[in-house]
Amino acid sequence: MAKVPVQFTLNGAEKAEFIESGTTLLNALRDKIGDTSPKGGCHQGTCGACSVIIDGELRLSCLTLAETCNGADIKTTAGLAEGGVLHPLQRAFLDAFATQCGFCTPGMIMAAKVLLDRTPNPSREDVVEALSGNICRCTGYEPIIQAVLVAARANSQNAA
Amino acid sequence: MELRKDYFADVRKDGLHEIGQPRPRLDSPGHVTGKTAYFADRNFPGMLHLKMVRSPHHHARIRSIDTSEAEKHPGVVRVLTARDVPHNVYTILILIQIGPEDETVLADGKVRWKGEAVVAVLGETERAAQEAAAKVKVDYEVLPAVFDMEEALKPGAPLVNEYHGQNYYLYDSGECRKVRFGDVEAGFAQADHILEQSYQSSPIEHAPTETTGCVVAPEGNDRFTCYTNTQAMFFTLDNASIILQMPGSKLHFVGGTVGGGFGGKVDVIVEPIAILGAKLTGRPVSFVYSREEEMQISSPRAAEKVVIKDGVMRDGRIVARKVTGYTDAGAYSRHSPYGAQKGAAHYPGPYTIPNVWIDTYCVYTNRTPSSAMRGFGVTIGDFALEVQMDKLARLIGMDPLEFRFINAYRDGDMKAHRQPTEGAALIECMQEASRAANWPVAEKYMAMSSYRKGA
Repeated sequence: MAKVPVQFTLNGAEKAEFIESGTTLLNALRDKIGDTSPKGGCHQGTCGACSVIIDGELRLSCLTLAETCNGADIKTTAGLAEGGVLHPLQRAFLDAFATQCGFCTPGMIMAAKVLLDRTPNPSREDVVEALSGNICRCTGYEPIIQAVLVAARANSQNAA
Repeated sequence: MELRKDYFADVRKDGLHEIGQPRPRLDSPGHVTGKTAYFADRNFPGMLHLKMVRSPHHHARIRSIDTSEAEKHPGVVRVLTARDVPHNVYTILILIQIGPEDETVLADGKVRWKGEAVVAVLGETERAAQEAAAKVKVDYEVLPAVFDMEEALKPGAPLVNEYHGQNYYLYDSGECRKVRFGDVEAGFAQADHILEQSYQSSPIEHAPTETTGCVVAPEGNDRFTCYTNTQAMFFTLDNASIILQMPGSKLHFVGGTVGGGFGGKVDVIVEPIAILGAKLTGRPVSFVYSREEEMQISSPRAAEKVVIKDGVMRDGRIVARKVTGYTDAGAYSRHSPYGAQKGAAHYPGPYTIPNVWIDTYCVYTNRTPSSAMRGFGVTIGDFALEVQMDKLARLIGMDPLEFRFINAYRDGDMKAHRQPTEGAALIECMQEASRAANWPVAEKYMAMSSYRKGA
């Protein structure tokens, strides 16, 4: 099968790969580039575990063809901590006991990051809406919602 | 939440310093940074992908299997059938002497449920394996199937599993697990009221976000490393050793990181065939359930039927309880004989009843094999028992919580399966629940104790 070149920025670093046409961004990130932080839970766009941020938008990498991402700016949970310092969302997920098995966590954090980037002081309803595409089978969601609200408060205190 | 240390304060010396204190989870830093390594995060050069050809029928004889077209498909490396599996008929609990071996790794001559694994295809890509799997031709002679437990137990029902010879698990106690305590018929004769009700549940899928699977890498020293999300590491290692007729020293299992299990990952299903594929091709093999397979193929919680007959006095005492429990194992045992047995010990509930009769059946049907899930064997039973308790309380016009105080087990009471009660805390839990839920009960119940004599 014909290979096609793809080139994009992943967590600030330039990446270039030859991939088979039709490869999903999820598989390209995991199998070619080696960023396994997006998870494949359903490969049909229903669980949210593969969520990444493409040019500031929350996207399901299992439904995104890698070859459509040429020139894009892609962010994943693996690139969130800066210089070994956890992002406030990561800190809050840790402190609020918002992870159990951890499989949904990278996708949850991506969804929460897009929310906080746009809505720094979200209501509880905003958080629930923002996470509604991400399935968690362990926590019952409540600690995750709390973690996002805590991270939002930490952000606004830092900004003040 | 308030931690009430005053309960049992006179009998325990520890200060419960840890309870109620937040403690960081050791695995969370990996989870929030995306660094936790799940089995599917291992990727090896030249890794093959395994896809399964599955039965489209609930019950059928296999007349023939033709893999020739599949083998010719571009990108296919190997096709496996029952003949390739060294010890094809197994059962998980054989490790604790719960036999007979009753399940095939790959179907041999017969399929007993819709979705059963028949042929395994190893391809260079998932796509090649999937496309080739669709080219395997299996000629089936469809057989009558049975889906209802009571139908399966009737004479003349289609025989689901020849390794058992009848549609129930044969315990050393006979066709069911039995508990006999006191004289249940005398209890019913003395009761003011009798209530018989039946309760049923459907299979429940755990639906973990990470699907079942494993990645196997052949090592230079003739060993195989199996990265797996099993919840039962040593069960899986030992069963793989039996199925592959390979000493355990040749198998290196790496796991413990499970993306949600809930009991759904305790069966030994994907690892042996993936290791076999790696052995026969000399290449790494990945076998990961699709979401559809996770929902349709992996074992659910068993469907259960529970029939409860109680004799109760107007003063609130339950004097006789007869329970018949049915656990739908599906086509194969897996962990269900154990689940049904657990139910037998559990069914009187946390109540002291002088006359008890319990029969629990583990029944084979042509449904998806069921297995473990969170408290299997007792969870559905508890639902049935507690709904029954509410109905009994209504029948005699008594407050449902006070009714439970009257019947609650206490330290020293003999349970129906001949284990004396120790460390009971039901009364104290109900006292606290009464306060927390603002559901007051009479003072005499608030003065009761699980362990203090006379209280």
